[in-house]
Amino acid sequence: MSVAQLRHVSKTYHLDAADFKALSDINLEIKADRFTVISGPSGSGKTTLLNLIGCIDKPDQGEIVVAGEKVLNLNENALSDFRARHLGFIFQNFNLLPVLSVFENVEYPLIMSKMPAAHRRERVSSLLEAVGLADKRNHRPGQLSGGQRQRVAIARALATSPAIVLADEPTANLDSKTGASIISLMRDMQREFHVTFVFSSHDPQIIAAADDTITIHDGQVVGMTTKSNNVGVAA
Amino acid sequence: MNAWALAGRNLLRNRRRSLTTLIAIVLGTCAILLFGGYSRAIQLSIQTEVVGRGGHLQLQRKGFYLNGSGSPESFGFEEYEQVIDVVRRDPELAPMIKVITPTLQFGGIAGNFSAQVSRNVLGTGVVAEDADALRRWNDYDIAFPASFFSSLVGTEPDAMIVGRGLARMLQLCVLVPGLECEQKASARANASAEDMPADISALSVDAQAATPPSSAGRNQVEILAPNVYGAPNVIRANVVAAQAQGVKELDDVTALLHFKQAQQLVFGRQKPAATAIVIQLVHTSQTPVAKARLEKLLANELKSVPLEALDFETLNPLYGQAIGMFKTIFGFMTILMSVIVLFTIGNTMSMAVVERTTEVGTLRAMGLRAAGIQRMFVCEGAVLGALGALLGLAVALLIAYAVNHSGITWVPPGRAEPVPLGVWVWGDSALMVNTVVGLAGIAVLSAWTPARRAAKLNVVDALRHV
Repeated sequence: MSVAQLRHVSKTYHLDAADFKALSDINLEIKADRFTVISGPSGSGKTTLLNLIGCIDKPDQGEIVVAGEKVLNLNENALSDFRARHLGFIFQNFNLLPVLSVFENVEYPLIMSKMPAAHRRERVSSLLEAVGLADKRNHRPGQLSGGQRQRVAIARALATSPAIVLADEPTANLDSKTGASIISLMRDMQREFHVTFVFSSHDPQIIAAADDTITIHDGQVVGMTTKSNNVGVAA
Repeated sequence: MNAWALAGRNLLRNRRRSLTTLIAIVLGTCAILLFGGYSRAIQLSIQTEVVGRGGHLQLQRKGFYLNGSGSPESFGFEEYEQVIDVVRRDPELAPMIKVITPTLQFGGIAGNFSAQVSRNVLGTGVVAEDADALRRWNDYDIAFPASFFSSLVGTEPDAMIVGRGLARMLQLCVLVPGLECEQKASARANASAEDMPADISALSVDAQAATPPSSAGRNQVEILAPNVYGAPNVIRANVVAAQAQGVKELDDVTALLHFKQAQQLVFGRQKPAATAIVIQLVHTSQTPVAKARLEKLLANELKSVPLEALDFETLNPLYGQAIGMFKTIFGFMTILMSVIVLFTIGNTMSMAVVERTTEVGTLRAMGLRAAGIQRMFVCEGAVLGALGALLGLAVALLIAYAVNHSGITWVPPGRAEPVPLGVWVWGDSALMVNTVVGLAGIAVLSAWTPARRAAKLNVVDALRHV
């Protein structure tokens, strides 16, 4: 079962000097409950593709279906609500809110989704337990190491039980040892919560851990590998 | 974590900037409140002065206010006692009235012939006890100096109070401390009616018969005024006090004497009349209601007497002008402070939006609606504005308390003697509420534009922001 489908998707950035074609006629299906990596060199279009799947950017043409919804038909507010319900994000720079504690950072998406307070507390506590930060719940992000911050970001991304967690180069700002532990954690989380993880990365550790790898170059899909044939080019 | 708590925490991120903005709002609030309190003190002080002299309302013969000063005797009305009786008995007006009294205004010449000086005067005949009660109206508890209450109560029937300027001009030395007329004072000590020119003396034969004989040490002057037939009449008066009138023009001409004495001067053996009935109310706020009721009475029970009701603002254009001037300055200052607050908070919020662009992108990616982003920044502006305005209110109240108890005095417009400097912020709930709510509202308004800009940020661009 696919959790995201892209059909004939193209995206061009209109820069001052010239137009830059970031993606060209992309056709993809991302299967549910998989650990998928979009890899490729810098400027190949990985982040653009991730942004389109994450519904924070729109293509010039084509169709995108995420969690069964044709997202291009949604207006701005509906799209925001859709992201809050179905998508989780992990960023390269962690992007935690510095004025909130670890607990509050993980709780924030649940407040947005209007979950009752008692359920929120329970959910956040279990997630912090799962990422190994139960004892840091009252710490501010500034008091944590890079690896710990990324763990908080993972817990936050999983808080609303999204269909897909999108991670843009999640290990780029971590040393290799910490990066490896984060990959391992994400892999564990993916299995435990049965959620689809989609990464943009050229980190060999992530590519090695992935179920599926989509290789992209100059805005076009140039290769796909899958450990169990769950990813393929749509017809 | 609600929006307000989040706003508070975000404001603490850059403490120095938030503190600077807060100080600007506090100063703006203080400036508005202190000047507002100062204006209020002046307004109420002048109002007390004006109402203490001429009441809240006056009933005058139609046209007297505009044309009567040239020939006040022609605008007198004999039915004044009947009018006062009707007004006093009116069940609607009675509870509102504190003092109701007749007055007689006239123009004439005052002469101190022993010093060989004379001066035209604006005389007013008053019922001494009523005039005293009028002066004691002090609805706002203003601390007036004791000299404010000089009165004719308990004085001889020929007693008179004059303005200080008039006393000076008439060389009434003992009444005006510091006046350099010692050489004339010695001459006046031996003064008698013989100093008066023979023609004036002849005119005052009747008047002299009714007044006690002159004696050394009395400040006697002769008042000459036209009677109802246009012929001159003279009385002799004993000046018992010189009272500052606030405005030099008034100070140089004011003469206050007993009502009966004034009637004798203007009407002689004719039927006496009054030129106005002065009505003082318990509270100034009752003026419009009382005026409306008086107009109804004048149109019905008192329609046989051609009178009109005039309020103290109409009778004292200077009052309106002074209040108008202070209101204009206050309005200008309020606008100035509001603009400063507007730009200070606008600048602070704009910087916050720029610094937190990535955060905006993150929250939008997580599913926070654009309106949620806008609300977040507007809340910060509102918290900053409300906190600053409330702190400003507290500081203004402290400063006002200190000033009101400092004993500093000054001479307000329309006054001749110093009064304690007043900054009346406490008690003026409209001023306090309007300033605090207004500035908090301006804070919201000034945060609105940067907040809207943040809400409209492209999510991808915001996430890329460095």
